[in-house]
Amino acid sequence: MKTGVFICHCGLNIGGVVDIPKVLEDLSGYDSLGYVTDYRYMCSDPGQQLIKDAIRDKGLTGVVVAACSPAMHESTFRKTAEAAGLNPFRCEMANIREQCSWPHRGEPEKATQKALEIIKASAEKVRKNQELSSLSIPVTRQALVIGAGIAGMQAALDIADAGYRVSLVDRLPYIGGHMAQLSETFPTLDCSQCILTPKSSEVGSHPNIDLFTNSEIHSISGYVGNFDVTIRRKAAYVNWDVCNGCGLCMEKCPVKTDSDFELGLAKTKAISIAFPQAVPNRPVINSEVCRHFTQGKCGVCEKVCPVGAIDFKEEDTFIDRKVGAVVVATGYDLHPKTKVGEYGYGVAKDVIDGLEFERLNSASGPTQGEIRRPSDGKIPKEVVFIQCVGSRDQENGYPYCSKICCMYTAKHARLYKHKVPDGQPYVFYMDIRAGGKGYEEFVQRATEEEGVLYLRGRVSRVFEEDGKTVVFGVDTLSNKKVEIHADMVVLATAIVPARGQTELARLLKISTDEWGFLSEAHPKLRPVESLTRGIYIAGCAQAPKDIPDSVTQAGSAAAKVLALFSSDTLSHTPEVAVVDEELCTGCGMCIDVCAYDARTLDARRSLAVVNEVLCEGCGACQVACPSGATCQRNMDTAQVMSMIDAVI
Amino acid sequence: MVYSYFPGCTLRAKAKGFESSTLASCEVLGVCLEELEEWQCCGATFPLQIDNSFPLVSPTRTLASAKKAGRELVTLCSACLNVLKRTNHVIREDLDKREKVCAFIEEDYSGEVEVLHLLEILRDEIGFESLARKVVSPFAGLPVAAYYGCLLLRPPEEVGIDDPESPSVLEEFLSALGCDPVEYPYKTECCGSYVVLQPGEPAVSPSRLVVESAKSRGAKVIVTSCPLCQFNLDYAQSGSVERGENAVPVVYFTQLLAVALGLGEEVLEFDGHIVPPGLIFQSVGVGGCGGLT
Repeated sequence: MKTGVFICHCGLNIGGVVDIPKVLEDLSGYDSLGYVTDYRYMCSDPGQQLIKDAIRDKGLTGVVVAACSPAMHESTFRKTAEAAGLNPFRCEMANIREQCSWPHRGEPEKATQKALEIIKASAEKVRKNQELSSLSIPVTRQALVIGAGIAGMQAALDIADAGYRVSLVDRLPYIGGHMAQLSETFPTLDCSQCILTPKSSEVGSHPNIDLFTNSEIHSISGYVGNFDVTIRRKAAYVNWDVCNGCGLCMEKCPVKTDSDFELGLAKTKAISIAFPQAVPNRPVINSEVCRHFTQGKCGVCEKVCPVGAIDFKEEDTFIDRKVGAVVVATGYDLHPKTKVGEYGYGVAKDVIDGLEFERLNSASGPTQGEIRRPSDGKIPKEVVFIQCVGSRDQENGYPYCSKICCMYTAKHARLYKHKVPDGQPYVFYMDIRAGGKGYEEFVQRATEEEGVLYLRGRVSRVFEEDGKTVVFGVDTLSNKKVEIHADMVVLATAIVPARGQTELARLLKISTDEWGFLSEAHPKLRPVESLTRGIYIAGCAQAPKDIPDSVTQAGSAAAKVLALFSSDTLSHTPEVAVVDEELCTGCGMCIDVCAYDARTLDARRSLAVVNEVLCEGCGACQVACPSGATCQRNMDTAQVMSMIDAVI
Repeated sequence: MVYSYFPGCTLRAKAKGFESSTLASCEVLGVCLEELEEWQCCGATFPLQIDNSFPLVSPTRTLASAKKAGRELVTLCSACLNVLKRTNHVIREDLDKREKVCAFIEEDYSGEVEVLHLLEILRDEIGFESLARKVVSPFAGLPVAAYYGCLLLRPPEEVGIDDPESPSVLEEFLSALGCDPVEYPYKTECCGSYVVLQPGEPAVSPSRLVVESAKSRGAKVIVTSCPLCQFNLDYAQSGSVERGENAVPVVYFTQLLAVALGLGEEVLEFDGHIVPPGLIFQSVGVGGCGGLT
């Protein structure tokens, strides 16, 4: 056994605190070591070459690199060792930066002693490390995309275009998500439908995309490369394979109800297609209001359907899929205006939210694109837009910025001005956050050329009086209270995660932040990966973001999926738990402590079993096991004891 | 239901009717209010300077004395409630201040007492539904505006008896008495507080806005639980009363409660009011109060 120790200065990060010459001197008296040296930047090419040469020339059988965290460079140095013919699992990192020089900057002597101990302990570990080889996992090269808004559609298209099958699931009967509800989009003011519809039809007709609308994820199990998904397709009470979308049923249906797509600003029928360009263009019966379901009579749709597609007896169906990767793009909801007491709890009819304004402004919306207020259909001559309703409000809402409201409010005010040239839009704002290509210029046009009056301040109260909607606010630039008797008020309510996202995250075993947005693996370097391998995130499910960012993130998530699919096997670290079947009593304590669901009980043999792919090698089971049957490869009890001996 | 009771100074001076109507009503409702012995002024305002602990002395002494009595402490006046609840909050959360104030008053108190407003007891202990069953002379749809002011609701994390932006406890109370609560936008706007002591129109204009808004939406009576609000809203209408114009009486919520419970006018003590409340009661022909003037 000949172990080499390679101490990195990391410039002054380590070398400026730890007395490396002293460490070298002390280690030279440590007889189990075959070779000890140092270098200013061990991760650089010359540094790595130094290690390779030493392995070959000195005949080293183990390597300790005393440098930064293994999270940083373990794979770098294991590749280096492998290149020199050493088993990569006989190379270990001794973390003397994050765990020594950085936190003990003011105590160089103690830091030097600690560095020495960390290195000795690592050397002891390496001496007993087994030669291991990576585990190989098969990959099912099919993907599941949850949520068919712009992010989900983009991810599905990118994966499908690369030649892999995608199951795209959305709980609504149509694809397009919130983007289908928008009128124009910032900063170019191009029509949302015009840029969305081609994509929707591409998704709808793509040979590699299996579209499951009106569907939800019923269950999911498995792990990267091997997920088993059950999709629940909710009963539409219409056989979509037979239906030709003629629309006669909708025309004849006698039951009117509020349209969810129009946010209650218009009525629809009990059997309906949400909007004319919907993909798939097939109707769904709302069983909560349909007279056949509520009163057991009617059935007009069944009578008039020329192809016999109506099927009142249809039940939910369950479809099983095996996929290798999952993209979660479940989107957002708006903070309900009914929760904002000071703005009237949404009781005042002419207080609407941003999405409702989109519908009023949409050519296919309830007013055919004319700006008419909900209460009496009059064209509002004074409109107040209030930003940050719920966002950036630690006391009554959420501390985060919803990111898109500054831009869409500027857009709303401008579009209003285009349609009602003699009208006056006011915008109450806290700051204008217009970071983005062409964004600041877009807001500038609103303020400087198009007569939108921006007032920096908050609104304290909104209420109805004499057919007007009165707004009490303050302009903090002129230090004056402002009272506006407006005709309509538009609230830029905060973006919140889509309803049910927390439950879905639980099903997928991925984490969320305190507000329910999905957590990324690293905020800067791994923004589209969840902490669970094989599950990727995109769009507003992760945090509020606009269409360009959602599309970018979706493309990035798709690229990650494609990288996963680039080979039909995956490698996984072999440094996972193993069970000694002779010693295991099948008590199951390891199953309770496992945070990764990597443990199961083989009841027939009364043995604990490790799913090596799910195991992350945390060691919790090794600690919990009362009979010493469980150990983690290359971190067994004997190794831990000798590491402790080296330190004390 | 037995509670310790802190009347506060105003209820023994300008707001006698608040107390007399409360005590009589509570007797009918089976709520026993046991007055704290040797209570002293709450301090009237909660100190906003963080390094000024002295104003906490008096309310802490009151709280400590309630702790000895071993019961929850009830108060009526919004200002007393505000000071006591906020002081309690400071004593619970701020160890330095707790130590300093308790050492000074030589008491061992760390926020054990729960401070309650009478409205909380009516809502949470008795319940408005059961209160409605005890009403013998319901106000047949009398339009009444609830005025909350600031002290009863804010700051919400320390006082917190209802939503500070859009409260409803008084409206629910009024409905239980058979009144028709009037919704108006000024119900939580400031009445002007002590500014009313300054001469001139600006001092009364905040109160006037409140009254006018309630009136324009049909209110015949305004109720409050704050003696200062009561005075301000009432005083703002002096001119109207002198000119013989239509004015809206401003009364304590417990005065309506007493009437609804069938109690006599002797417990109402409307003496100090500028806008005479009796006329309203007469005009709607409320049972049991026919003789009020």
